[in-house]
Amino acid sequence: MSEFHLEPKRSDAIEKAAESAVPVFGQEPASFFKQLKGFWVTFSTMFKKPNTIEYPEVKPEVQPRFHGRHQLNRYEDGLEKCIGCELCAWACPADAIYVEGENNTEENRMSPGERHAKVYQINYLRCIFCGLCIEACPTRALTMTNEYEIADDKREKLIWEKEDLLAPLRNGMLMPPHPMYPGSDHHNYYRGEIKESHPSQEVNK
Amino acid sequence: MSNSSLLLDDPGWVIALKGLLIFVLCVVLTLLSVWGERRIVARMQMRLGPNRVGPFGIVQALADGVKLALKEDIIPKAADRAVFILAPIISATTCFMAFAVIPMTGKVNFFGEETVMQLTDLPVGVLYVLATASIGVYGIVLAGWSSGSTYPLLGGLRSSAQVISYEIAMGLSFVGVFIYAGSMSTGDIIASQSTWWNVVVLFPSFAIYVISMVGETNRAPFDLAEAEGELVGGFHTEYSSLKFALFFLAEYVNIIAVSALATTLFLGGPSAPPGLGFTSDWLGGWFSFIWFFLKVFGFFFFFVWLRGTLPRLRYDQFMKFGWKVLIPVNVAWILVVATLRLMTQQGASQFMIAAFTGGVVLAVLFAMSVYDSTKKKAEERSRYVGEMPEPSFPVPALPSIKKADE
Repeated sequence: MSEFHLEPKRSDAIEKAAESAVPVFGQEPASFFKQLKGFWVTFSTMFKKPNTIEYPEVKPEVQPRFHGRHQLNRYEDGLEKCIGCELCAWACPADAIYVEGENNTEENRMSPGERHAKVYQINYLRCIFCGLCIEACPTRALTMTNEYEIADDKREKLIWEKEDLLAPLRNGMLMPPHPMYPGSDHHNYYRGEIKESHPSQEVNK
Repeated sequence: MSNSSLLLDDPGWVIALKGLLIFVLCVVLTLLSVWGERRIVARMQMRLGPNRVGPFGIVQALADGVKLALKEDIIPKAADRAVFILAPIISATTCFMAFAVIPMTGKVNFFGEETVMQLTDLPVGVLYVLATASIGVYGIVLAGWSSGSTYPLLGGLRSSAQVISYEIAMGLSFVGVFIYAGSMSTGDIIASQSTWWNVVVLFPSFAIYVISMVGETNRAPFDLAEAEGELVGGFHTEYSSLKFALFFLAEYVNIIAVSALATTLFLGGPSAPPGLGFTSDWLGGWFSFIWFFLKVFGFFFFFVWLRGTLPRLRYDQFMKFGWKVLIPVNVAWILVVATLRLMTQQGASQFMIAAFTGGVVLAVLFAMSVYDSTKKKAEERSRYVGEMPEPSFPVPALPSIKKADE
């Protein structure tokens, strides 16, 4: 067996680094008068405008895409967008959402298409406001608002029901259950072709 | 007429009323200073500070005090009950006592009685203040020991070591004042400052006193006894409710007391600043009260400013500074003051005094330059690593090392 000589791999990286490094000259503290500069910093800061936002009186503007509390949206005629598919509940990493679906019937139509959510709960004790539920929603039924004042004094109050989460009825919307817009099916709804409610939809009331 | 003779003919009711007034003043000042400190420190950190309770949050401290008093009072099982209860009482009672000898006004008319706002003028008034401060240490030591817990014990020991060692520097800085005033009575010391305040004449004493008063009161940057990161809360970790409130009260009354003492010894007490002497007769002499408290508030602001600016010292650095810097410098300064005083008293010529002063200044400068050069040499020597064979493997250059012979 021949002599096996292992030569260390030479690299000039270390020398280069040492050359370009900033030399540290001494560890001694700064001069006495330089140290006094700190006193001027604190003194002059006293006359600057404080950064404090006086919260309950002054409410800070949040960014438009702020992750606030959720909202269940409606179509322009008042039908709910939620189809009870539970994708939000499955997406939720904190297991904060509980959905129970139900079939739509001619007498009890809450949303276009086959199904709607009979029970929809979001537990704000668990919710981490990550927004994964919003990404998961296939019909854009679930979105987040800019509202952040959710704190409450009872655990029970922090489980929000469907009524708490549903968007309010705006102008031209009818309170479901009611039939779909005459002469349309759920595809028209999904494509956003329904712009308002039709007088004939009120028959159920 | 000196303060002591003015106070001599005070009837009993005047003394009792003054005692009550001093007590009330201390408590109210504590509440105000807790609030003031929090507001000022907040501004230094670009915050607003407490502003909810009352106008500008001024009764925040009172609300906190009430809250503290209503909280559950816990005495740990391992605690020595009697001493545990006694300790805060000792702290809170001794801190008020110093105020008895502090003159807060000049000559005033107190409900028809010619007097000064001072409870008594002891011939050894300043020593009395030192004595009460030393008894106050017992409160801290006993609180730490009786808690039956590790961190309070460590905090209590630290705190007492700190207070005791800084009391030496503090006491020594009084000596210059005593030599200059020829008296230990607070009234006479103020009278002796009628031409020049001691802060000008005895500036080194003043500087040392100001440093040691921060150490004495366990305040930032010398608040090692309450170093939150190391000792939880220091000696009062196990205390709650009213007992904790008493320690809190004692700390702030102490701050005001040492500030008042600094005002008395070095800033002419209640006398007006130079050039404003005509104000001493305003409001029948009561205007001097305002001068006195302006000076005290100045010191208080300094306390807060220090807290807002400086980080906490390491324990060994702190002790080294007290024992190896403050005390020796103070002793040397006392020697100089005493010599100068003796020379003037024995009628030495102006030339002799000037020559002595010049000699002292030269000696100090020489000592400083020698100290500097030896320090520099020692540092260079400590950096010198010595002759070493060139290593056979690549090494990075050691950045801060310079050869000693360069």
